[in-house]
Amino acid sequence: MARIDLEHIRHSYLPAATSDADYALKEVHHSWQDGGAYALLGPSGCGKTTLLNIISGLLTPSHGRVLFDGRDVTGLSPEGRNIAQVFQFPVVYDTMTVFQNLAFPLRNRGIGEAEVARRVGETMEMLELTAFAGRRAQRLTADLKQKISLGRGLVRSDVNAILFDEPLTVIDPHMKWQLRSQLKLLHRQFGHTMVYVTHDQTEALTFADTVVVMYEGEIVQIGTPEQLFERPRHTFVGYFIGSPGMNVLPVEVDGATARFGSQSIGLPRAVEIAHDVRTEIGIRPEYVRIGTRGMPLVVTKLEDIGRQKIVRATLEGRAICAILAEGAEVPAHPRASFDPKGINLYADSWRVETEDGR
Amino acid sequence: MTRTWNNRAWFMVFPVLALVAFNAIIPLMTVVNYSVQETFGNNLFFFEGVKWYEEVLASSRFHAALWRQFLFTGTILLIEIPLGVAIALAMPRSGPWVSVCLVLMALPLLIPWNVVGAMWNIMALPDIGLLGHTLRQLGIDYNFTRQPGDAWFTIVLMDVWHWTSLVVLLAYAGLRSIPDAYYQAARIDGASHWSVFRYIQLPKMRRVLTIAVLLRFMDSFMIYTEPFVLTGGGPGNATTFLSIDLVKAALGEFNLGIAAAMSIIYFLMTLLVCWIFYTLMMRGQDQ
Amino acid sequence: MLELVNVSKRVGNEAHIDDISMRLERGTLNVLLGPTLAGKTTLMRLMAGLERPTSGDVRVDGASVLDVPVQRRNVAMVYQQFINYPSMTVYDNIASPLRLARIDAASIDRRVRRAAELLRLTPFLDRLPLSLSGGQQQRTALARAIVKDAGLVLLDEPLANLDYKLREELREELPKIFAESGAIYVYATTEPSEALLLGGNTATLSQGRLTQFGPTIDVYRRPVDLVTARTFSDPPMNVVHGTKAGHVLELEGGGRIPFPPELADIADAGYLIGFRAHHLSLTPSAPDSVALSARVNVVEITGSESFVHLDYAGQQWVMLAPGIHDFETGRIVDVHLDIHQLIIFDHTGRTVAGHERVAKVG
Repeated sequence: MARIDLEHIRHSYLPAATSDADYALKEVHHSWQDGGAYALLGPSGCGKTTLLNIISGLLTPSHGRVLFDGRDVTGLSPEGRNIAQVFQFPVVYDTMTVFQNLAFPLRNRGIGEAEVARRVGETMEMLELTAFAGRRAQRLTADLKQKISLGRGLVRSDVNAILFDEPLTVIDPHMKWQLRSQLKLLHRQFGHTMVYVTHDQTEALTFADTVVVMYEGEIVQIGTPEQLFERPRHTFVGYFIGSPGMNVLPVEVDGATARFGSQSIGLPRAVEIAHDVRTEIGIRPEYVRIGTRGMPLVVTKLEDIGRQKIVRATLEGRAICAILAEGAEVPAHPRASFDPKGINLYADSWRVETEDGR
Repeated sequence: MTRTWNNRAWFMVFPVLALVAFNAIIPLMTVVNYSVQETFGNNLFFFEGVKWYEEVLASSRFHAALWRQFLFTGTILLIEIPLGVAIALAMPRSGPWVSVCLVLMALPLLIPWNVVGAMWNIMALPDIGLLGHTLRQLGIDYNFTRQPGDAWFTIVLMDVWHWTSLVVLLAYAGLRSIPDAYYQAARIDGASHWSVFRYIQLPKMRRVLTIAVLLRFMDSFMIYTEPFVLTGGGPGNATTFLSIDLVKAALGEFNLGIAAAMSIIYFLMTLLVCWIFYTLMMRGQDQ
Repeated sequence: MLELVNVSKRVGNEAHIDDISMRLERGTLNVLLGPTLAGKTTLMRLMAGLERPTSGDVRVDGASVLDVPVQRRNVAMVYQQFINYPSMTVYDNIASPLRLARIDAASIDRRVRRAAELLRLTPFLDRLPLSLSGGQQQRTALARAIVKDAGLVLLDEPLANLDYKLREELREELPKIFAESGAIYVYATTEPSEALLLGGNTATLSQGRLTQFGPTIDVYRRPVDLVTARTFSDPPMNVVHGTKAGHVLELEGGGRIPFPPELADIADAGYLIGFRAHHLSLTPSAPDSVALSARVNVVEITGSESFVHLDYAGQQWVMLAPGIHDFETGRIVDVHLDIHQLIIFDHTGRTVAGHERVAKVG
């Protein structure tokens, strides 16, 4: 287990990169604490897999250094860095049994058979694979294969970090729940440093203590799931996290009031904003209250998705989403109000601090 | 499971079926017919039952040819399969050199059989041939028309030159289909090159290698043109393989019954060996 | 109208599709929901005519189409992989089925532009598919399926290879696009949330059998059996064994809770009790909610909600609680169960009574 420092990492897949646009990864400078559970979240092409491969050593960055516990490992291969990685599509050695698969990384490192048997036994127990020990890995289901991939990392008690590259892509929804919670438990028990790459916000938020949101080769926000949900630093984070994403409405700010069409929305405190910036407020559907008071609303569609209802509507001519609890109804002449604690103010897409002491 | 059902498809296949009937089934039945009859010309035939078969199976000439045939096929398989895999492994996985390598590899396959034989014949000539002359210059007493060992060496070398490319192309296709994640996982697991080959590349190449072995087996078992052009089966009977022996019997000695019986035995043998190979190599394989 | 009548498909001894009958009306969206290998793809191939059933009949407007080859059936199909002609522009890709049908150039142009408009592809019509993002490539494939005016459009997990957010956007748009045409849409997915977002009708499949078919929200609220309830539940359905004794339900593990009064007329016996993750809560959600003690396994926090994985008498439960609650593993917490939301299954797994029965009857 180790602390991982990324020092001014930049990477381009082109041999002679000049402009910023040539870089798949633009300047990442960040530390991963020993024993932390991190998620790298972003749409495809945002550079998250590039960053993961730089950490694992499958890729050498064009610029910058990678440090494991202060030691420079930039030039080291994956085996030299002693990390484990679980890939999107399960990788198992077809001709080997489950036991042999898990023993493989140990045997490669010349560990004695008695020790191999003990460690593999423990790992299989942990992952509930014991019943399959003697089975050929090839014919198992995707979720078991993915457990084997994970097991090949866990079996090495000294791994510096375990990296995951969208590991639940091919897993059925029910099995996802099991694997996710099992992974979380393993992290709690053994405290490996884990980095998990995904485009799926649910996976990222539920797995990680700290989520790193990436967009177009840059980190746009690092925070706890709660921070990302409540206080997105950038409108992209507001849109990308949450389902449906945050409503972003153009406003004109005047002291402690935001004017949206003919409506006035109170802000937590007065802010000074230069007049040539684009100002917007962000409000999550969860904080849009539908009732008989507030701004008049035209409901265009009501989607019953079981445990809640999604209200799609227009407010002052702009599309807006709201969420209603199961069993709640939309009144005949619906009006909307915004819960003040859910209002965020954005200037040129970046969040403006409106709270004191934060 | 993915079979598409459509009545009209059969009409499309019909011309091919007719063609196959004409150039495979009908000749085969003719051969079966010959193999159980005696003829003295003038289209006179007498039924002989299994006499020809007994004669062939008991003849030492057939045993010798058969032994030579297995020795030859075994030798070239043992050389061509490992060599082909080795070359495929050494080829670049991406970049501009891929197409250059592929074209170079495909070249020998484009040359007609008899031309290959003639080429090597000239090449191996002890006096003016590039190979023959060089070997003699090196002080090796090389003469493929006189010394059986040299004849064998030349034929095997020729076949390896001609056909290893096929194994290379098949093995390369198999290697290319392995996702990068496997190699990456193996690196992370600390696997040696040998382990990567043994546990990833070889299992993933299994299907294409089965096809390569079957193709090379069938093809070399029927080899005729190249040794015919190169050595004509000599010196003596040193390179008289089954096909050459068969043609000698049928055309050289006009022993139609014997030749037909040999053809049938020979056909059944190829079929049997292929089946054994296929079952062995596919055993335990996921369908 | 497309009708499947006792359709089965066997391969060797295995039944890939086991005696399925269903009727799909024109202008409807029908979701096939089930895990991998439940038979969704095979069922679609049978509907399309790419495979012939081992037994049973496939009828269009009452007439059997078993002997009509797929080329003449007027179906369109979209796959999980983005399948387009790589050397053709987006425009030509969308136009290709119309050109095959020998439609005049002017109508082709009109229809292609309308389909492109619908799928927001207009700016990319001159581009090649491989230069587009995954979402745009799949939109191209969808446009090609839609432009054909096929009577039956089959979509086999079309969004599975797309990013989460793109999926969300397309899921919202697709029902609108579907509503514009009068075709029968069939949409296969493994995800319950996707079925709910799409609406329409849902057919739940399990091991080649059709377990229930009806309006999506009805199947979700009133599953006919435990298999359906489990298939259509994300997070997984919570279950516990219980014995009804008069007005009391004795749960395995020692809990005694009042039996839902609206279901009091069912016989005293052992039952399997099911309920969904959001019907468990940390504070009483209804005046007569009951409290149970369960042990926390692990908590997953989404930023606004917490999924609390619990162990109740050896059963694994998931509670979806609003807000952030980070309990330590092993801690015993009191959870409140809304007894009006219980679904009661008999020992064979058939639904005896569910919370919606009352709402439906009276």
